[in-house]
Amino acid sequence: MKEKITALKAAFPHTIPVLTGFAFLGAAYGILMNSKGYGVGWTVLFSLIVFAGSAQYLAITFLTSVFNPFYALLMTLMVNARHIFYGISLLDKYKGTGKLKPYLIFGLCDETFSIVCSVEPPENVNRNWFMFFITLLNHSYWVLGSAIGGLVGSMVSFNTKGLDFVLTALFVVIFIGQWKTRKDHKPAVIGVLCSVICLAVFGRNNFIIPSMIAILMVLTIFRKGNKEDNKLSKESVQ
Amino acid sequence: MTLSPVRTLIIICMAAAGTMITRFLPFIIFNGSKSNNSYISYLGRVLPYSAVGLLVVYCLKDMSFKSSAYGLPEIIAIACITALHYWKENTLLSIGAGTVIYMALVQFVFT
Repeated sequence: MKEKITALKAAFPHTIPVLTGFAFLGAAYGILMNSKGYGVGWTVLFSLIVFAGSAQYLAITFLTSVFNPFYALLMTLMVNARHIFYGISLLDKYKGTGKLKPYLIFGLCDETFSIVCSVEPPENVNRNWFMFFITLLNHSYWVLGSAIGGLVGSMVSFNTKGLDFVLTALFVVIFIGQWKTRKDHKPAVIGVLCSVICLAVFGRNNFIIPSMIAILMVLTIFRKGNKEDNKLSKESVQ
Repeated sequence: MTLSPVRTLIIICMAAAGTMITRFLPFIIFNGSKSNNSYISYLGRVLPYSAVGLLVVYCLKDMSFKSSAYGLPEIIAIACITALHYWKENTLLSIGAGTVIYMALVQFVFT
């Protein structure tokens, strides 16, 4: 027990930035769900078992349009595809975490990933419990934040017109962040251009799948063209 | 418009399943050994950037240049987010301010 408390104490300070972030984004999510007619119960259920901010925001669009579970699954896969690469980078770190492993993987959101891959616990702290509490604390901030938002939304009534834009703002900010950290802008430009062209050709209800195929094709073509460059740059890095 | 409880539950399960597939897949596939497939690792490097580009376009798919606002609320809000994010580089500030600006524009300016 003492071991767990030490790990919790060591984990907590690292999660404070996430606490503020999730309080804000979670509350906005709860308010938005409420404004679309989904009460705090649905909000909490969502946050508890999905625990993925952008996917949950995106899911609102599926809760307020024609029922299409396949599309919901596909778009969630698309939004969260980046998690695959978080998993790949944590294969070694999560090896040997035993019974905690399923929960650690379940709770691997962007914020948890960024802490877990960059922070090492002090020497007297059990590493597995340390990572467990980082995940658990972040998860509970998200659930609590969205619950508060759901409650506030049901008690205080204000004009929520345009609040959906929080999702657009989120992706624009991620896009800009990526743009700044990567010198090669080709993948980002390919993503936008293929989508815009497919939107114009196939219309707004049918452009997602064609866009995904187009993006994969263009990226594959560019890889062939750049293969030699990649090899060179890899060698120079090593 | 809200879905029936059963349908809502199905959408929740889809969102949960989609998320869990992306989180558990690497641990299931590469149980023990890291991937040496260069095509997969290439996609791993570039796909996250293209995917976010697609998501931005997806969010703006209902924007109309023919409406009375000519898509100006979206354009102005995104311009503000971009400027703010280059200047302060604070994710929450950029998202919060951008959303408030957009809400103000659609509620008071382009009504």
